[in-house]
Amino acid sequence: MTTSKVLMALVAGLALSACSSPDRFDNPSTGAGTGAAGGINGTGGVTASALDPTSQAYFQQTVGDTVTFAVDQSTLSADARAVLDGQANWLIDNPGFVAVIEGHADEQGTREYNLALGARRSNAVRDYLVSRGVDGDRMKTLTFGKERPLQVCSSEACYAANRRAMTALNAAGL
Amino acid sequence: MRIVFAVICLMWLPILALTQAQAEVLRLEIDKGVVEPLPFAAPVFQAETPGANQLAQQITDLVIQDLQGTGLFRGINRAAFLSTVDNFNAPISFPDWRTINAQALITGAVATGQGGRVTVKFRLYDVFAGTELGDGLQLAGTKEGWRRIAHKVADTVYERITGETGYFDSRVVFVAESGPKDNRSKRLAIMDYDGAGVQFLTSANDLVLAPRFSPQGDQVLYTSYASGFPRIHVLRIADASQRALEVTEGTMSFSPRFSPDGRTVVFSLERSGNSDLYALDVASGARQRLTATPAIETAPSYNPDGSRIVFESDRSGSQQLYIMPSAGGAAERISFGKGRYGTPVWSPRGDYIAFTKQAGGRFHIGVMRPDGTGERLLTASFLDESPTWSPNGRVIMFTRETQGPNGAPALYTVDLSGRNLRKLRISTPGSDPSWSPLQR
Repeated sequence: MTTSKVLMALVAGLALSACSSPDRFDNPSTGAGTGAAGGINGTGGVTASALDPTSQAYFQQTVGDTVTFAVDQSTLSADARAVLDGQANWLIDNPGFVAVIEGHADEQGTREYNLALGARRSNAVRDYLVSRGVDGDRMKTLTFGKERPLQVCSSEACYAANRRAMTALNAAGL
Repeated sequence: MRIVFAVICLMWLPILALTQAQAEVLRLEIDKGVVEPLPFAAPVFQAETPGANQLAQQITDLVIQDLQGTGLFRGINRAAFLSTVDNFNAPISFPDWRTINAQALITGAVATGQGGRVTVKFRLYDVFAGTELGDGLQLAGTKEGWRRIAHKVADTVYERITGETGYFDSRVVFVAESGPKDNRSKRLAIMDYDGAGVQFLTSANDLVLAPRFSPQGDQVLYTSYASGFPRIHVLRIADASQRALEVTEGTMSFSPRFSPDGRTVVFSLERSGNSDLYALDVASGARQRLTATPAIETAPSYNPDGSRIVFESDRSGSQQLYIMPSAGGAAERISFGKGRYGTPVWSPRGDYIAFTKQAGGRFHIGVMRPDGTGERLLTASFLDESPTWSPNGRVIMFTRETQGPNGAPALYTVDLSGRNLRKLRISTPGSDPSWSPLQR
């Protein structure tokens, strides 16, 4: 992969992170700091290990491990596809990692429907990564429905961040 | 994990009626929409053996609590009583009870014996007719099972006055929740219908969702993340033993429910992002696909004779309710109101289907007839969902979750009429209730 490709993916990841999580810093009640997922602004700064482009931290913070979805939707936006292009390139460059893709929904839905919706989202991500050349055997899909929100407020700012698919890396195999 | 339940062996013995029972005139017609609860008197049951006083008081209080909890009955304050009942077999002074407008009178006696044995006798009177309503009954059990004995007494009173089966001697499995909203710990738990006696059935290690009782009340279907992925499991209540029912690699399964004969489990199986309904023959493990659409099909529930299944699907573009034959085949949409409909549950009486409805930013528990007519919303809040029916199809229990970072779930009940909304008093936040059949 060329440097310019990495940079393009990085820039795209930044753009997505900025527009999908508007309240992460402004609103302390939204559960900011609950995890590294969600792009480079999740931990308030790039950590030392994230400078190593082959590290999981780099994938989480610089490539961006999470994409978000519109209400009830599992279609990938242009922003989401840009992040996933970066994920695909990274996975191809780092064949020692496998991934479990977690699909999530916001709390505005019934439990069973949200499980099914989360599965649609994680599979949409998987299918896209396969289309970008990642070996399907390296990925599994999972749904948590509305069981594991990233942010805990009950307004659209949190819901938008919770309607997501997160690519969790594992170096130990599936 | 070892679950210890109070052993109770209930024995029914009719007691000779004091007066010849006449045509039953005291009758509460639930269907006509009871607005004014029926006043009744229940003097503290007599303690027939030394040391039975406290138990007699507890049993009487619980009988009253059961009946009042329905919203159909009102216990008259004992301070208003003009008469006492000092002897279980003494004649009743009906005029004294008529004066305070007691429509029904419940008298009883409690005796304790060797090895924690408890005997409870009771009689029900129609005060204005001046007769006994049915024969007096005697129940025998153990001291630890006193709550069940009281529930049986209340069930009998309810049945004789309303003409319908009661629901007090029943249990509920549910998900006990703890911890912060973004990292909830969820365990299966079981309790009496009134929230008493909570016992955990699973550890907090694995996320579990939506338990469903077997028709015999001896097993529970649920979804567990024990494998890391959601899969349907079955748990035997007697020893809390658990096993996965569906282990196909590369799939996820959820939303299981037993058929009325307990032989089949209908559930959602997810493959490549698409969720369809399947039926699993429990004995053979054979699996039959019931739906084949690219839509989300989930939350299936059988009608009482097992011939049809109601479920939700977004095949029209949004969540709606459909009914199909239980072997699969053409499905007919039954929900047409404004909004989305999910989690349909067929009443054990067969007359209604309860559901969760989302409309105008609110969640509702509602009911409609199986042909889609007669839709009625019973509740409204930020988030109501997961209805389950009382064994007699008169009451719906459901989950209500409050909003915000500290939002938490609680279990509520509401009458089929939409009246008598109550929050259960339980020792833990809980969700996803499933109401057992009446115990034997």
